[in-house]
Amino acid sequence: MKNGLIYTILGLAVFFTAALSLSMGAMKIPVQDVLLILAKKVWLFKNTPVDEQFDTVLTIVRMPRVIMGLLVGAALGISGAAIQGIFRNPLAEPGLIGISSGASLFAVLIIAAETALLAGLSNLLGYYLLAFGSFAGAGIATLVVYQISRNDGRPNVATMLLAGIAVNALAGALTGLVTYMANDQQLRNITFWLLGSLGGATWQIILCLVPFVIIPLLLLPTMAKTLNAFALGETQAQQLGLPVGRVKRWVVILSTMAVGASVAVSGIISFVGLLVPHMVRLIFGVDNRRVLPASALMGALILTLADMIARKIVAPVELPIGVITALLGTPVFLYILIKDKKKITR
Amino acid sequence: MLTVENVTYKTGKHTLVKDVSFMVHPGEIMVILGANGAGKSSLMRLLSAEKTPTSGSISLSGKTLNSYAAKELALKRAILNQQNIINLDFSAMEIVQMGRYPHYRNQPTAHDLDIISEVMTITGTTHLAERSFLSLSGGEQQRVHLTRVLAQIWDTPEALLLLDEPVSGMDILYQQQTLSLAAMLAKKGFIVVAILHDINLAAQYADNIMMLKNGRKWYHGTPAEILNSKSIYDVFETEADVFTNPNTLKQLIMPKVVTHEVPEYNLKSFTL
Repeated sequence: MKNGLIYTILGLAVFFTAALSLSMGAMKIPVQDVLLILAKKVWLFKNTPVDEQFDTVLTIVRMPRVIMGLLVGAALGISGAAIQGIFRNPLAEPGLIGISSGASLFAVLIIAAETALLAGLSNLLGYYLLAFGSFAGAGIATLVVYQISRNDGRPNVATMLLAGIAVNALAGALTGLVTYMANDQQLRNITFWLLGSLGGATWQIILCLVPFVIIPLLLLPTMAKTLNAFALGETQAQQLGLPVGRVKRWVVILSTMAVGASVAVSGIISFVGLLVPHMVRLIFGVDNRRVLPASALMGALILTLADMIARKIVAPVELPIGVITALLGTPVFLYILIKDKKKITR
Repeated sequence: MLTVENVTYKTGKHTLVKDVSFMVHPGEIMVILGANGAGKSSLMRLLSAEKTPTSGSISLSGKTLNSYAAKELALKRAILNQQNIINLDFSAMEIVQMGRYPHYRNQPTAHDLDIISEVMTITGTTHLAERSFLSLSGGEQQRVHLTRVLAQIWDTPEALLLLDEPVSGMDILYQQQTLSLAAMLAKKGFIVVAILHDINLAAQYADNIMMLKNGRKWYHGTPAEILNSKSIYDVFETEADVFTNPNTLKQLIMPKVVTHEVPEYNLKSFTL
């Protein structure tokens, strides 16, 4: 299949799923009104009248949520694919090298502190605090793992994975400690956040999120060729004259950016970074020149769908989106594991 | 021409390669022989520029390996490693295309594709092109890697081809095919350096043999000059008869049976 066709089909699927997601909710807005309102935002059909109420609900409530879903999905999809390229293993995930748990630990600390001490802060300020705390946590976790894994001046993938396990365990234990000491209100906030949600979306948060997602989306695909050669082994990739060390560093930095920011705004949404690249490889093959951009699109699509399900299934309340992705993801993950264990666990 | 001058390589306290010098001309196959731990692989890592010698110099076409940019060197030398474990499901064609990565930016040019199809024909891998690499047999996988390595340097005159135990664990047909291919490539003007474990294969295909022991060069010369019972005993500590194959006039090496004294166990010490 031609690349252009793949991206067009995926792009259209993302667009119409997003439109469908925008139409859903307590107030039903017909899809054609959604499309009309969207068109008016880009100065088309200026003179066609639309329902003011529809416009308000869409602009203030639903659009930030859907856009955040698209951004977080794209971020998790593409960084999952890139990290798997570095690790030469389709089971690797951003969570594995401690990005998610580091971000999550800092977020939990901040939620606890916020509930107890900083209650006077406005919501928005609190949210920014949470966001930056998570970036810091993700960054620190990644730096620690990266430094430990450096051997002979070069990061070693096996050590990196093991260090990631250690960081995950430590961050998990500390998170548990904070949770254990938390009071009821803190615990409720922490638990909900830990399960992941797109419910907190506002335009300010999106503005904060955009650069952290767009930069990796633009830069990671330029490293696709080198990532392909990683499959041969790092030495072999170096023998092909490719900038192995530099690409590895940048993939880690860019993935930290994307995943850290995503965790900050929506909590840990598990299995997206693992499943999306798998699905993409199954359909389009394993060439990263295709897998990276397609994973971004597929991630946006899957997360938007999962969010629709999360809102629909027990309406009027909503399920945390992490529950949906884990429910959808784990059986597929296990299936892949059982089917391919000989191929991928060597 | 590949010129190695007084190369020594140390890691920590260990000296893995000691004061080794040799030359390999285009058109020539040099085989490195030696027991396990003799320093063959370390020397190969130095030749591939993966490691830098502690002292001495290695130069290719009159230019030291250090002074090549990684990209430039990738156009001039290629390495076939013993094992390449791949976990992602690339097609054989995609693996071969990786060999041309140093030559193009994003998509292979018509010239790259021509070379790929030419080398695939030569190595007999054309029919594997669309197969999943992971579904291939060990021999087929190794042949695809060989194809990739050839694609990398196919259009470079006097390129250096390094073969690190290219046929270990492969059946004899594949062994013969691979080494006769190497011989053909040498004729084409490549510089070929191979590590082999099989002395008979070395005798069959090498123009020159270098025998290493404890990181030092012990013997260096044509198979006829240096393959004899003494050199084999010196380097491998194994007694062997060396014959001449009446059909090819090449050396035939037949190691002698090594007998072990069976110790007598004192059974009493096992009774309680």
